Amino acid sequence: MNLNATLFAQLVVFLILAWFTMKFVWPPIMKALDERAGKIADGLAAADKAKTDLAHAEKKASDELRKARESAAEFRSGAERQVAQLIEEARAEGVRIVNAAREAAEAEAGVASQRAKEALREHVAVLAVAGAERILRKEINAQAHAELLTQLKSEL
Amino acid sequence: MAAEHAPNASEYIVHHLTHLNSLGHKQAALVDWTVFHLDSLFWSVTLGLLAVLILSRAAAKATSGVPGRFQAAVEILIEMVESQSKSIVHGDRTFIAPLALTVFVWIFFMNAMDLLPVDLLPNIWAWMFGMAGHDSSHAYMRVVPTADLNATLGMSLGVLLLCIYYSIKIKGLGGWIHELFTAPFGSHPLLYPINFAMQMIEFVAKTVSHGMRLFGNMYAGELIFMLIALMGAAWAGTFGSGLLWLGGVFAGTIWAIFHILIITLQAFIFMMLTLVYIGQAHETH
Repeated sequence: MNLNATLFAQLVVFLILAWFTMKFVWPPIMKALDERAGKIADGLAAADKAKTDLAHAEKKASDELRKARESAAEFRSGAERQVAQLIEEARAEGVRIVNAAREAAEAEAGVASQRAKEALREHVAVLAVAGAERILRKEINAQAHAELLTQLKSEL
Repeated sequence: MAAEHAPNASEYIVHHLTHLNSLGHKQAALVDWTVFHLDSLFWSVTLGLLAVLILSRAAAKATSGVPGRFQAAVEILIEMVESQSKSIVHGDRTFIAPLALTVFVWIFFMNAMDLLPVDLLPNIWAWMFGMAGHDSSHAYMRVVPTADLNATLGMSLGVLLLCIYYSIKIKGLGGWIHELFTAPFGSHPLLYPINFAMQMIEFVAKTVSHGMRLFGNMYAGELIFMLIALMGAAWAGTFGSGLLWLGGVFAGTIWAIFHILIITLQAFIFMMLTLVYIGQAHETH
């Protein structure tokens, strides 16, 4: 436990080491620490911003969705109305066509039966005349009795 | 160790407490400014270089991105020192905070030499000394620089010089001298001598207690390790000596574990007092 010059040597070493630390150790580490603190602060701010942005976007998305749903519903009801109308029109058209067809068919059938009747009349008249001609070969003159025959035909 | 006979307990301890100095034998005078303790100087400089090397490696690789474990450990240390110095010293800390860091790490390393087995390095040194053709019983080696009063007082004297430097820097030379004579009792010609005497006592007491506290703790710790080593060395084949040996293992374990706390605590206390004293230099009375 003696005092000697070691004391001053230690003092000098002490100051040199402290100087070295001040010069080469402290500043880079403090710089890194400060930079990291800055980065973390930036990161937190960015996260906050992202959170509010996300809330905004979600709100906007749900608005859009609601709007889309509303317009879709509108479209659908419009389309249903239109379809109902189209069906109604088509039904009316169909009824109309069927009626027209039926009328046309009836008319055609009437004409055809008329024509058949007339043809029948001709035949009957011709047959009657032919029969009468055979029976009354001598007395009946086709030309002289044409008026009589026509009258007969119209009575058939 | 002498080859011819095993040293007795007192010789063992005296041998262990003798410094390797520039004289080659034990310093006779209590104070002799021509002598150096070569062992204290070697170990304190080596450990100081190791400390700043480790710290500067961390500093060189420091990134503001995700830190590795080593960098994170150094950062924890630096944050601790930075927050302590910020709360104690109000002023420019560009030198003071790194100083506190150096003090803490360096003293921790020097104290930690206490945890090596007490005979390990001295025996290696004695072997080297003997190989070099000297008498190995005169191979002295103390490996804990902080158990050398010169080392601890050297550092506390450094702190004193820094206190004076910062006092003059903050208050101006005139302001500081004015304070030396007017504080703590007040400005009155009759009180000037008393104030000055009080200030001197304060400086001396601060510096001596600062150095002595660390020295005393480490010296006592080292001594207890030696006593425990003596317990272990008592083994001679008998039941009683066997118990002593067991006691040595037990006490050595307990004391070493306790010493982990002491070396850290003493390094921390030295750092805190350094900050407190320099912080006081920043404040006007």
